[in-house]
Amino acid sequence: MSSEVLKVDDLTCGYGDRPVLKGLSFSVEDGELLGVIGPNGSGKTTLVRALTKILEPMDGRILLEGRDIKEMDLSELARRIAVVSQNPEGGSWMTVEEFVLLGRVPHRRKFQLLETKHDEEVAERAMALTGTLGLKGRLLKELSGGERQLVSIAKALCQEPKLLLLDEPTAHLDIAHQVRVLDLIKKLNRDDGLTAITVLHDLNLAGEYCDRLLLLKDGKLCRTGLPEEVLDPRVIEDAYGVKVVVGRNPASSKPYVFPIPNAK
Amino acid sequence: MNSKLVRWALSAFVLFGALMLAGALSLCVGSVGIPLKRLLCLPFEGRGSVEYSILFDVRLPRLLLGIGVGGALAISGVVLQGMFRNPLVEPYTLGISGGAGLGVSLNVALRMYRDVGTVSIPLSGFLGAMGTVLLVYILGTRRGRMGLQRLLLTGVMISFICSSAIMLIMAVSKAEDLHGIIFWMMGSLEEPHGWLIKLVLVTSLCGLLTSYVFAIDLNALSLGEEEAAHLGVKVERAKRALFILASLLTGFSVSAAGIIGFVGLVVPHFVRMFVGGDHRILLPASYLAGSTFLVLCDTLARTIIAPLELPIGVITGIVGGSLFVYALSKRKYEF
Repeated sequence: MSSEVLKVDDLTCGYGDRPVLKGLSFSVEDGELLGVIGPNGSGKTTLVRALTKILEPMDGRILLEGRDIKEMDLSELARRIAVVSQNPEGGSWMTVEEFVLLGRVPHRRKFQLLETKHDEEVAERAMALTGTLGLKGRLLKELSGGERQLVSIAKALCQEPKLLLLDEPTAHLDIAHQVRVLDLIKKLNRDDGLTAITVLHDLNLAGEYCDRLLLLKDGKLCRTGLPEEVLDPRVIEDAYGVKVVVGRNPASSKPYVFPIPNAK
Repeated sequence: MNSKLVRWALSAFVLFGALMLAGALSLCVGSVGIPLKRLLCLPFEGRGSVEYSILFDVRLPRLLLGIGVGGALAISGVVLQGMFRNPLVEPYTLGISGGAGLGVSLNVALRMYRDVGTVSIPLSGFLGAMGTVLLVYILGTRRGRMGLQRLLLTGVMISFICSSAIMLIMAVSKAEDLHGIIFWMMGSLEEPHGWLIKLVLVTSLCGLLTSYVFAIDLNALSLGEEEAAHLGVKVERAKRALFILASLLTGFSVSAAGIIGFVGLVVPHFVRMFVGGDHRILLPASYLAGSTFLVLCDTLARTIIAPLELPIGVITGIVGGSLFVYALSKRKYEF
């Protein structure tokens, strides 16, 4: 039996009494890198919020390593799932090191004042892995968007999670940083066996880096499978309502989506 | 040795020293000067001398109230600014001062204190403060969630309603009552009830300890509520506890000392500028700095045009404001 890290079972979830996700089911295997794609408003961010208990499911269950997350308290959950958010803000007074060390918060014991030696080692390692050790003493607000994203990943790694959740980690980044961030995630996934789910807008980056894609449409599962299976012209047109041609990336021979403009 | 701990201990030590010096100064100077040497001997001389009663009946209670109120307002400011992630929030933003003012104005205008006794003045202030806070809390909470923007706007609106109501009361009250209301509103560390001083001091120290339990939560909250939740912080619980804490601290301070402005706004910023934004040092450092600041301001207020006394709010505003603007122009500061 293969080990399932995450199982989402018939999940209905939303805001107020308006469901955004409607009966979504899928599971994630240990060591998998899953890309979640879908049009705006299809429920990608809502899914992230449900997985971190920011939103409570209206129906259905979320099992993390076989246990319903409803039974876990937030700090237990934060030791297993770490999130890299879409628009990091705030904390401008912090240095990068202080920021990354916040990843140790879920591991703190009651009445613990300072970070332990172990906390500092974990933070150091996380910064080394993400190539941000050199930024250690810099203020958070002095960082560029790309650097900020890398230290956010370092903070998430500092939580020592079983599952890493990334909500559009490449949004607003230039092409170099997009590649750098996704290379890093791929490396963590392949070399350290870290299971990761990443929400991505860019279909081509999703196809390039992810083992498997999950396409959402109107809060429901539209298609899941290998990038070649999901990035299919008919599937994309059905989900996004736009005509595309799918070719291959000459370097990696992964599927590459070319949009067909409607305007003459 | 952990360098962060050393740095923090050093800041705390310096600030504690400053408080000691300010305390000694406030005990020494006044209409009757007490030299420092005499100050150290007096406690052993026992009752009898004029200086002894000045020290123990007038100046010491004032000093203790200054420490309690200054510290309480400062940490209440730190907590609220941290929780709302807004540099303009201060302990009075949420309508506490307005409510307390309204309570006291009603009391004075209706002359209730004549029947119940002077203790009804702080009591009515406290009830007014708690009444408004409760109202703000209820209006600002939806489905068990405190919407911070909502809470803030509600607080500001209720503040305005209270000040208008106070103005109305003042417009229709007699001249002698008017004087009483204005005197209370300007704030003063003169408080005849010894038990109230002790109560404020103990509350503010307990408040410091309680707030410290949430120091890490406040650090995480500065990344935003959702990020804090991702780090395992029970955000709603923390917000509720911090809101209640700040309200109680401010409520007690205001009922004992009136509306002393500016301490809760400026001290947290000032301290952040020097020790940084980590709440593990920011909270105790602000307590000490707030106490020191208020004690010094009070000393100035009662000596500058002695034997008359200036309202302490005048000093906190002018001295605190100018110092802060000066520091802001000299140093790099990130909220």
